[in-house]
Amino acid sequence: MAGEKNVGLVLLDFWVSPFGQRCRIALAEKGLPYEYVEENIMAVKSDRLLRSNPVYKHIPVLLHDGRTITESLIILQHLDQVFPDTRPLLPADPYERAHARFWADYVDKKVYGSGSKMYTEPQMQTNIEMVDILKTLERELGEKEFFGGEHGFGFVDVALIPFTAWFESFDRYSFKKKSFDRYWGVKVAEVAPKLVSWAARCQERESVSNSLYSPEKVYDFAGMMRKDFGIE
Amino acid sequence: MDHQQEEKVQLFGMWASPYVYKVKWALSIKGMEYEYVEEDLGNKSGQLLEHNPVHKKVPVLVYNGRPVAESDVIVQFIDDVWKGQGGRILPEDPHERAMARFWARFVPDKLSPPIWKWFTTAGGEEQEAAREAAVEHLRVLEAELNLGSNEFFGGDSVGLVDLSLGALAYVIPMYEEIIGARLITEEMFPSLYAWMGRFLAAPPVKDHLPPMEELKLRFRAIREYFLKNA
Repeated sequence: MAGEKNVGLVLLDFWVSPFGQRCRIALAEKGLPYEYVEENIMAVKSDRLLRSNPVYKHIPVLLHDGRTITESLIILQHLDQVFPDTRPLLPADPYERAHARFWADYVDKKVYGSGSKMYTEPQMQTNIEMVDILKTLERELGEKEFFGGEHGFGFVDVALIPFTAWFESFDRYSFKKKSFDRYWGVKVAEVAPKLVSWAARCQERESVSNSLYSPEKVYDFAGMMRKDFGIE
Repeated sequence: MDHQQEEKVQLFGMWASPYVYKVKWALSIKGMEYEYVEEDLGNKSGQLLEHNPVHKKVPVLVYNGRPVAESDVIVQFIDDVWKGQGGRILPEDPHERAMARFWARFVPDKLSPPIWKWFTTAGGEEQEAAREAAVEHLRVLEAELNLGSNEFFGGDSVGLVDLSLGALAYVIPMYEEIIGARLITEEMFPSLYAWMGRFLAAPPVKDHLPPMEELKLRFRAIREYFLKNA
């Protein structure tokens, strides 16, 4: 890209990964140019990936001037630190930072933890968990425009927004199994309406809309994963 | 931050929790005084539930009335709030900082689960598999974490990675004694083995360790419980 300063950033990623998407959103929010490298992690992992992330062998991986940073939330914090003249994701106040880190950790532990059971568990049990998680997030969001509050769109918003594409899948997969039709599906709009509005507001930001994929594509991907895991 | 104004620091904890000790060590690195509140986890106080309604767990640090939960979050908060006071917990260099955070996650995500499984499973194939998984992850640590000529992973003083691994320095030997088998030997893990001894003797740690005999009794009871209810 003509006129853009090369800051030496390379992102190893996989299109549908919510963790990779966090990084793409962060880089866009900060206006940082980078080379995007698609790693097809469903197939054989490239040497480059294995060398740069030998411990976990997964994406996303950020290469910055040849050095590697892994784990999406760590990457986000790293970007804040090394590019202090860009829009920060974390607030400056220590307590507010701790608050943001707590909720981002919650997203990792709970939203990802419970959501990924969708691949391996056909029953509605996980939906009860998911309802509780969505209600907790709804409470935390409250009347704020973004989870970042006064700081604006920030760390927690970036951490959570990629998972909203999966809301559609929670919803549609909940109703799929006929043998469980006595259980209620997770209609996110009913359980957490503020969260739905929040997601729509996030989607209006270019950094987000350019980085996310349609719920349809994610739904197809989830279906493929469930087949792989033998659920259907 | 204006440290002239009085700071009130409370730590809600439980005497056997390694996560609570991680926070105690961090406070010790900063030379901070605090009020410690022991929680009965079978009968949690109203205060704890108010301060940590999401997870309802210890440790919780309350700073001037504002609660911070999750030990990793608390430790980083401690480093942020008392920046420039006492020792450094996170490295200065951004890449080293990212690496420290990475290894801090590795312990609860990868290393601790198989160690716990090994400890709570009766002897046999399943226990052996857990042990092998633990050893594999310990090997990764031994290989990837280069101490070099440093005493600690944080350099010449205890840092984030040391704090994250920390409790294993006394927990693993205890498990080994109870089970009657070794997980970490000097031959297999020379770097880690030597680090364990240094960590337990380090200034912010040595006077802030759990009561070992009580802890051993507790661990024995835990193992018995798991074996009985397998």
